[in-house]
Amino acid sequence: MATQHSRSAARLMLAPAVVLLLGWMLVPLTMTLYFSFKKYLPLRGDTLSGGLDWVGFENYSRFIGSSAFWPSVQATLLIVGSVLVITVVLGILLAILLDQPMWGQGIVRILVISPFFVMPTVSALVWKNMFMDPVNGLLAHLFEFFGAEPVLWLSEASMESIILIVSWQWLPFATLILLTAIQSLDSEQLEASEIDGAPILKRFWYIVLPHLGRAITVVVLIQTIFLLSIFAEIFVTTGGAFGTKTLTYLIFQRVLESQNIGLGSAGGVYAIILANIVAIFLMRIVGKNLDK
Amino acid sequence: MGQIVLSKVKKAFGDVVVIPPLDLTIEDGEFTVFVGPSGCGKSTLLRLIAGLEDVSSGSIQIDGRESSDAPPSKRGLAMVFQSYALYPHMTVRKNIAFPLRMAKMDKAEIEKRVDNAAKVLNLADYIDRRPGQLSGGQRQRVAIGRAIVREPSAFLFDEPLSNLDAALRMGMRLEISELHKRLDTTMVYVTHDQVEAMTMADKIVVLNAGNIEQVGSPLDLYHKPKNIFVAGFIGSPKMNMITGETAAAHGAHTIGVRPEHIDVSDSGGTWSGVVGVSEHLGSDSFFHIHETGLADMITVRSGGEVGFTRGDRVSLTPRPDMIHKFNEQGDRIS
Repeated sequence: MATQHSRSAARLMLAPAVVLLLGWMLVPLTMTLYFSFKKYLPLRGDTLSGGLDWVGFENYSRFIGSSAFWPSVQATLLIVGSVLVITVVLGILLAILLDQPMWGQGIVRILVISPFFVMPTVSALVWKNMFMDPVNGLLAHLFEFFGAEPVLWLSEASMESIILIVSWQWLPFATLILLTAIQSLDSEQLEASEIDGAPILKRFWYIVLPHLGRAITVVVLIQTIFLLSIFAEIFVTTGGAFGTKTLTYLIFQRVLESQNIGLGSAGGVYAIILANIVAIFLMRIVGKNLDK
Repeated sequence: MGQIVLSKVKKAFGDVVVIPPLDLTIEDGEFTVFVGPSGCGKSTLLRLIAGLEDVSSGSIQIDGRESSDAPPSKRGLAMVFQSYALYPHMTVRKNIAFPLRMAKMDKAEIEKRVDNAAKVLNLADYIDRRPGQLSGGQRQRVAIGRAIVREPSAFLFDEPLSNLDAALRMGMRLEISELHKRLDTTMVYVTHDQVEAMTMADKIVVLNAGNIEQVGSPLDLYHKPKNIFVAGFIGSPKMNMITGETAAAHGAHTIGVRPEHIDVSDSGGTWSGVVGVSEHLGSDSFFHIHETGLADMITVRSGGEVGFTRGDRVSLTPRPDMIHKFNEQGDRIS
């Protein structure tokens, strides 16, 4: 019942959340914008109370002019893109597998989901020390067992390693969402298509995949939001070396390692712009898919 | 050609036997209805014929070909599902064309057949819409359209009308009967609604707990039910079953009289009782008569002009030639 009264009551009750969210977003955003136009080097004696020098767009041109900028954008997009492809493709296969009736289904499902509960820092550490360590790692032992030279994962195949770690973390999420979508598929539709003469691969292509369309867009959208800002995995493993420096990581380095807050803030504004460009593309695809 | 012969077909899920071995022949061009209470195995039987379930033993012949192990698509059958099972992301046209596309038919032929089906079923107005934008009756038509374009040797219907409202159901019932007359193809139709069975069927198969209770024409079942189950299942309202002395007087364990075969009057009848609930439909009136000493309640059907009300004492006269007699096992005597 949306009477006048209940509507204003609803607004009143929503107000704290809206104010909090606005504050949470607007204050840092304004501060970032403010700092991005200032020279702010705390180690050189710049302080807020002492006043900051206005430098116009100098931070912006320096950030974009740095030799690290474009590689970092490329690295970001490469990680996001690869992880999306891997999680969606494997997620669909796993979801189909988990949808089959089998013994111990409940336990298997919980096991599949469990990586998602591991904190990014922890899972990166586990991968780094348990699997990818060239001396003591499980993979190194495996390679040695077969007589092969252990791979120095984090330095020789650093990008692949990070993509692997992040995919491992996000695969459960994709699998979970896609599994629920597959479970909601009307079995009569599959039976109808079977009678209509569609062999198994065509049933997948014409019936299952279109049915998953919406779930896939949701997975892509949510994962993109989080993947654009992955940080812990890189910090813990390569520390941004070997071409794994993403935009997020570059900003971190500018602010905390170079102690240049103005420059980092300008990077932050670029990150917002990049996220928005990606978001616009996604929203157009998602919008199309959700309309159906 | 669309003769379907089931011989010794048995279906068990683990230890649970859903369908004990049964034999059944569905003749070419016949409209056969499987009817029975829910859980009687009628849908399972249909799915066995369609190939969606594998038989545990026995054989199914379609068109004279042994088909027990053939995949569903190779049996030359088309099925209409209860939920219609339309493909939600495809337009009506694509839905109907789907089986033909899967059969790799050439485009011109597909177009021709789809247009033809659309004309037959009056789908032309919404041929480019998606199923989500259609009403229940329209979806039903599309599902039938998808079945007829394949020109199958037999159609299988799995409770196709149970999701429609009463008025639409009557309309679609007529249309399906009409379609059967026009296509002259074998149709196997599953329903729990005995009215659908009676109105549409050439042959009714009454199932109970996986067993075939009786096979026959609708009027056969109505006039000569083989046992108490069939007698009670066919006909609405249900046949009155009377046991005890009254039945013994007729030389039976149980006698059954249909509500329409009992006359109600003020006095002078064989039995008497008190009117409880009376339902006036205009054309007919149903009276529920209590305190007859025969059974808890006797249902009587009479003309709409008969106007007894609650509490009236009435007199009942069964028509002697319309009394069905059953023995202790529930089978028909004579």
